[in-house]
Amino acid sequence: MSDPVLSVKGLSTHFFTRAGVVKAVNGVSFDLARGEIMGLVGESGSGKTVTGFSLLGLVDAPGRIVEGSIKLNGVELTTLSEAELRKRRGHEISMIFQDPIATLNPMLTIGQQMKLAIDAHERVSAAAARSRATELLTQVGIPSAAARLRAYPHEFSGGMRQRVAIAIALLHRPSVIVADEPTTALDVSIQAQILAKMRALARETGTAMVWISHDLAVVSSLASKLAVMYAGRIVEEGPTATLLRDPRHPYTAGLIASLPAMAKPGAPLNQIAGSTPSLLSLPEGCPFSPRCTHASGQCTTDADMTQNGGRQWRCFHPVGQTAPEPA
Amino acid sequence: MLGFVIQRFLQAVLVMAAMSVIVFCGVYAIGNPIDIVIPPEATQEIREQTIRRLGLDRPLYEQYFIFIGNLLQGDLGRSFVYNIPVLELIGGRLPATLELVLISVISATVLGVSLGIYAGYRPDSWVSKTIMAVSVLGFSVPSFWVGLILILFFAVNLGWLPAGGRGETVEIWGIGWSFPTFDGLSHIVLPAINLALFKLAMMIRLARAGTREVMLTDTVKFARAAGISEGTILWRHLLKLISIPIITVFGLELGSTLAFAVVTETIFSWPGVGKLIIDSIAVLDRPVMVAYLILVAFLFVTINFVIDLVFALIDPRVRHGAAA
Ligand SMILES: Nc1ncnc2c1ncn2[C@@H]1O[C@H](COP(=O)(O)OP(=O)(O)OP(=O)(O)O)[C@@H](O)[C@H]1O
Ligand code: SF4
Ligand SMILES: [Mg+2]
Repeated sequence: MSDPVLSVKGLSTHFFTRAGVVKAVNGVSFDLARGEIMGLVGESGSGKTVTGFSLLGLVDAPGRIVEGSIKLNGVELTTLSEAELRKRRGHEISMIFQDPIATLNPMLTIGQQMKLAIDAHERVSAAAARSRATELLTQVGIPSAAARLRAYPHEFSGGMRQRVAIAIALLHRPSVIVADEPTTALDVSIQAQILAKMRALARETGTAMVWISHDLAVVSSLASKLAVMYAGRIVEEGPTATLLRDPRHPYTAGLIASLPAMAKPGAPLNQIAGSTPSLLSLPEGCPFSPRCTHASGQCTTDADMTQNGGRQWRCFHPVGQTAPEPA
Repeated sequence: MLGFVIQRFLQAVLVMAAMSVIVFCGVYAIGNPIDIVIPPEATQEIREQTIRRLGLDRPLYEQYFIFIGNLLQGDLGRSFVYNIPVLELIGGRLPATLELVLISVISATVLGVSLGIYAGYRPDSWVSKTIMAVSVLGFSVPSFWVGLILILFFAVNLGWLPAGGRGETVEIWGIGWSFPTFDGLSHIVLPAINLALFKLAMMIRLARAGTREVMLTDTVKFARAAGISEGTILWRHLLKLISIPIITVFGLELGSTLAFAVVTETIFSWPGVGKLIIDSIAVLDRPVMVAYLILVAFLFVTINFVIDLVFALIDPRVRHGAAA
């Protein structure tokens, strides 16, 4: 197997607030191969976004990466200077966000914003920048792209704005794109179009993606690999199909059971009881234990990752070999 | 865009018309000008002649239309005291106020916005904390007191700067200006600082609040994620995003300072419009008061109109929203 484009080992990002240390990300590890799409799923507050920002070195104060290693194309990012990091952001690794209305500057034209993003890394003429921008906009599926360069964000629909954001993220053909719930704010049909586009782009350009979502159904249609996050940790990781069919971690099993497709028609969804623990004061041992139906006395100590046949999980009492078939 | 301009222009005309009625009725209510114009010992016949000559025997609405008719021809009457056309009188004093106010408002804005952006960008540094402390001072210390302290310190004790007057002036387009000469400029410094302090404090607050808000938005996050440098983010993104409230306050401050620089002009014996008005009110020089109020109203309406146009120029949402 070739070297991964992105390799994260033991990444921990904490926020040093007045109320205490918020351990938003706690020892996250994963590898991403060229062109691979990994889904990063988990409940709200599990640390997905903070993980994404950590990868780009964009954690806001009072947060910082306290531990771990992030290797992008073989270069360790955590020890780079801010200037060196800036050169890589948008060039080797980009990010797109949930709300396309908030990400684009309402007072600059699409062309101006794309020019700024090009100028950040290259010296090109205005004409060359225009033709590059037009090419990218066309590629993400924006009709009459050349004319649209002069338009302002408010002249686009939400879905089109997200395409513009994707085009900006793709301008320098990065190795990795971190996509933080980029379709959550959009209509279902537009969501499907964008997912299809992203899948095609990943294949054509060889760009790898970390696709963040709390919606397992969306990610599983896109990602070849899933990482499930809970309270700042990855609790289970493996190929999408395997994980969905045969989850090991009780939290993953709970997520799958709560999918609408898994519920009997008319019956309420099977939500996991309880809520995420406060990241300020995590329980001893497994953070899922207060909500876990499998928990035992052993779970007050920390479980290690169990590696098994291309997948891994962090649990003392993994769920059985076969998940219940949907009725 | 053209529709927007026309719409705003009509609004401005409407406001001016309303203001003219208010000013006219207000000043009419103050008292009878006859008592000032005609000596108390005049005969009844002379009184009635004068009343008729001034049109004061006509119904109020007729008087108003005569007043408006004259106004539209640029005739605002003659000063009772100086016996010259009011416009000439005010026009002669305007440059002094104009240069003082422009210099103070513009420097307060440029400096205030820069300091405010810094304070908003690095809220925890001690420089920012110092800037904010100074801005609190600018808000809370009364202007006349600052004026006196400035004179006491820089003019009396240190003797670095003159305490009052306009100093040497130069004629440009037949009008005297102080700012082009070194002596004139040195005379402007203290009153300009005096006028600027409050505005400086306000601009600092405004820019800081805007900066803090904008720096936390996804727009800035996304720009950073694209590798755009902090300098470019400040210049190209932030400045535009915080500009709307700053331009609004700039316009309003410009207007109100032009109209009401009275205290500073009095303290520094600056021969501007503010001082003229105070003197006119003291002797009930009615035409000067009326003309002044009308001009102030006109000034504010014009400034608001210009601000709206500037908004439309820099913010595409305003431009398109109004044109649709
Ligand atoms: N600036 C900050 N200061 C303090 N705590 C923070 C800060 N930013 C994030 N956190 C904390 O980090 C934790 C993880 O947040 P994160 O945004 O990564 O969650 P998420 O998985 O992306 O959730 P969502 O699905 O809601 O987007 C949260 O508990 C949050 O309170
Ligand atoms: S380690 Fe224990 S508490 Fe945690 S998920 Fe596994 S069984 Fe449940
Ligand atoms: Mg998030």
